[in-house]
Amino acid sequence: MTTARSALASVRKDLTIKTSPAHAFRTFTELFDQWWPRSHHIGKAELKKVVLEPAQGGRWYEIGVDGSECNWGRVLVWDPPARLILAWQINADWQYDPRLVTEVEVNFVAEGPNLTRFTLEHRNIEKFGIRAQEMWNAFDSEGGWTGILNTFAKLAES
Amino acid sequence: MTNASIAWQVLGDPTRRNIFERLARRPMAVVEIADELPVSRPAVSQHLKALKDAGLVVVSRDGTRRIYHVDPKAVEAMRRYLDRLWDKAVESFKDFAERQEELSDSKGEKQ
Repeated sequence: MTTARSALASVRKDLTIKTSPAHAFRTFTELFDQWWPRSHHIGKAELKKVVLEPAQGGRWYEIGVDGSECNWGRVLVWDPPARLILAWQINADWQYDPRLVTEVEVNFVAEGPNLTRFTLEHRNIEKFGIRAQEMWNAFDSEGGWTGILNTFAKLAES
Repeated sequence: MTNASIAWQVLGDPTRRNIFERLARRPMAVVEIADELPVSRPAVSQHLKALKDAGLVVVSRDGTRRIYHVDPKAVEAMRRYLDRLWDKAVESFKDFAERQEELSDSKGEKQ
């Protein structure tokens, strides 16, 4: 069951990079904007910059050429140079949703003097299947039925 | 009636809601759900049918078992999309990190 679940619900990448974990970690975080594919962003305005604030709790967001900001998520675990966990909070409609939390965990392991094993896992993808907006709207309109909302909120934060 | 209001009605039953919440956490077979709840297997099957008819869950096969999932079409489409996105992103990251490394090497500024 565990296998079936993870096959459905996560994406994994595993590669070796010719650099040290410290350098790889810094590049991934501080220089995020410089390697992120420009075509992938959610704001209406053309992408100017993607910012990953290098600290626990740091924001992860984009800035458009018109100065507008769109949140992507935040830093859940900041453990340089070994590990980073980001909250990806962009839903299936390409909107930031503070109630949705899917995790992107990145690990940097030294494999040689200048060689890093880099793994990335984007998990909790099953949360995209809850049809969040549609359901929230239905429940909101009924008013008072907060039990299930709270359950979903807890799910999204678990 | 909209999908959402059908879904709302179907989830108005506490046992069904309980089953749906469990499936939102992970895909499960009927027997697993029945083991976790004070409800018979046939009753669980009836609830799953109602959830399925409302488009809230779908079924896949794992050998002889029927596994119930929450809306896996959306999940699978999203998974495929993110798989491609991260392929592209990590390749770009690797190239960039190694290029930076070569630059710092050639300047004798190794970290």
